[in-house]
Amino acid sequence: MVTILWLIPALPLAGSVVLAILGRSLPRRAVAWIGTGAVGLAALLAIILAWRFIGSPPPGDALTTTAWTWFEAGGLRPGISFHLDALSLVFTLVVTFVGFLIHLYSAGFMAGDDGYGRFFAYMNLFVGSMLVLVLAANLLVLYLGWEGVGLCSYLLIGFWFKDPANVRAAEKAFIVTRIGDTALAVGLFLIYSRLGTLDIQAVGAQALAQCPVGSTLAIVASALLLGGAVGKSAQLPLQTWLPDAMAGPTPVSALIHAATMVTAGVYLIARMHVLFELAPPVRLAVGLIGAATLLMAGVSALVQVDIKRILAYSTISQVGYMFLALGAGAWSAAVFHFVTHAFFKALLFLGAGVIILGLEDEHDIFKMGGLRRELPLVFWTFLAGSVSLAALPLVTAGFYSKEWILAATFASGDHGHWLWIAGLAGAFLTALYTFRMVFVVFAWPATSPVRRRPVAGMTVPLVVLAVLSLGVGFLETPRALGNVPVFSSLLKPILGGRRLEPESLAEDAGLIIISSLVVAAGLFLAWFIYRRKPSPEPAPEGAKAVHPAHRFLRSGWGFDWLYERLFVRPLAWLARVNRNDVIDLPFRGLAGAANAGHAVLARTQTGRLRWYAAALAVGAAVVILVAVFL
Amino acid sequence: MSSVPYESVIVVAGVLFVLGLAGLLARRNLLFVLVSLEIMVNAAGLAFVAAGSRWGRPDGQVVFLFILAVAAAEVSVGLALLLQIRRHFKTLDSNAAGTMKG
Repeated sequence: MVTILWLIPALPLAGSVVLAILGRSLPRRAVAWIGTGAVGLAALLAIILAWRFIGSPPPGDALTTTAWTWFEAGGLRPGISFHLDALSLVFTLVVTFVGFLIHLYSAGFMAGDDGYGRFFAYMNLFVGSMLVLVLAANLLVLYLGWEGVGLCSYLLIGFWFKDPANVRAAEKAFIVTRIGDTALAVGLFLIYSRLGTLDIQAVGAQALAQCPVGSTLAIVASALLLGGAVGKSAQLPLQTWLPDAMAGPTPVSALIHAATMVTAGVYLIARMHVLFELAPPVRLAVGLIGAATLLMAGVSALVQVDIKRILAYSTISQVGYMFLALGAGAWSAAVFHFVTHAFFKALLFLGAGVIILGLEDEHDIFKMGGLRRELPLVFWTFLAGSVSLAALPLVTAGFYSKEWILAATFASGDHGHWLWIAGLAGAFLTALYTFRMVFVVFAWPATSPVRRRPVAGMTVPLVVLAVLSLGVGFLETPRALGNVPVFSSLLKPILGGRRLEPESLAEDAGLIIISSLVVAAGLFLAWFIYRRKPSPEPAPEGAKAVHPAHRFLRSGWGFDWLYERLFVRPLAWLARVNRNDVIDLPFRGLAGAANAGHAVLARTQTGRLRWYAAALAVGAAVVILVAVFL
Repeated sequence: MSSVPYESVIVVAGVLFVLGLAGLLARRNLLFVLVSLEIMVNAAGLAFVAAGSRWGRPDGQVVFLFILAVAAAEVSVGLALLLQIRRHFKTLDSNAAGTMKG
């Protein structure tokens, strides 16, 4: 079991090394086999591991292994250690499995691309880093994976680096998440200096022993961790990088949004939930950030025209739901929503990739249309993902996870009701923007023919993910609907299972009915507005937005505009003013003085012998005078 | 035999030295520069000998022998340079050799 544990992150990392070295010389088929195979094998091992872990739980419901000691300095001895418990098991399963399907899909999607080997090397490294992150036994290894994920997102968003816009998007993602990473690093320093350890289990135990609820240390440390999570998970106010991250190839978007990267923040908070439980104000902040983000992103998604941007804003919004759950203290609900979201969001991105490829790089949904007949398989699977995203009651996984979050938020103390209302409004928005997209893309009359059809390797992941996005919800159903607690009982030893519940069965059922009605209302409104193309041609929505408010929302509430003026321009101005670097002035002054002295002395070198002789004589006279009289 | 007072010898040596220095600075012809140098060297030698006799020690005369050797070597090198400069610049004007600076 221990061997399998360290093999899981090692396989994709090894694959990435092999591809980085040999990627250019290997034939494409071999590259695809190595890239996909490494992740596929990891997924297989993860399933075996899960089988054994659940079948015969190890003592303490956790398994820790140290591969070697990373370094040793001043009493700090972090090991390259992996820790497997139910939480990291869930993340490992999703990361490897969804990662494998995305790799399989990429083998077909990227078939015509020059950087085939490079692509798979990056993708493997991405999955490997994420696995290091979720399996890390101490915060330093977690940080290693955290930074690895950030690096890979930069490399993959800027994968087509010949277009400067893509490079800018990659830099933006890197820099914006780096702000959060800095907060996380400071948080780790604080934790180490105060609690004297970076081992995750020990940090939790120490925090419980040393800090009372609401103590300053717990609040500051968890606030710093939250800063890191906000950056990685694209929550307010660091969400601006994610919509631009669409510059990468579509499978990359699927990987960033579903399995890796953005969910790292959710994992971090769930992993360190002991610390967050000691800091109620920070937990409230988590919930508020989640609620604000899910509403903000939901409204923005309503007015986007680029299919990938719609999905990007929906990711921000859905991760907002996870934060809402984390804020409420419903840790398991957040993790469950992560699982369902991973399936349906990967599915939606991969489906969108097929459409974009088929229409020759067309991203504008208003130029798609009529794809229900053209790409029936994509339509049905995309529909499955969409209903799951919109949380269509009873039959979709998204419904059960979102329902759990909403119920837990409702039941969570003073501010629960307000956050619950925000969540409901978000559910309405989600249904509306999801089905706006579905109707416009698939039901409106066709505008351009489909030129490329997906190969089998690309459709298989779609079907598998469609089945999962509908079916996986039955692992956990509310009391009023069958009461299946498979998922929460798995996570119970670590996250405390399903603790927040509405008081009575009737209340539970009432909440379900209300949220179902809200979703249905959103769906109906979308059907009402977008079921068919309006007969007088609408004003072109593409290039110029009709209304200033429209434009404002489409740009994501003007955050880019604001940050541009608040941070980017002052910084650029400062850089321009300080082009000559104030600190360098004394040193450059020294060099200048030496130069000037040289110029003066060089002028005495006239080449006139008699001047030299005179200078010698005067010098000698001066020396003698000095020697005699002083 | 009455000895010459050494003060007057030192004065003579000083006068000779200054004469040599003046010649060195005033003359542009390199041959006369060399001659002036010789005068200065000999002035220094005279001062050494006078000082040696004043203290009744042989050191001054020993140093004078050294000075003679050095002066001979210097003159031979100096004359060789002189010939080269004459051949190259077609003149013995020391200012003409100023292009060799740097």
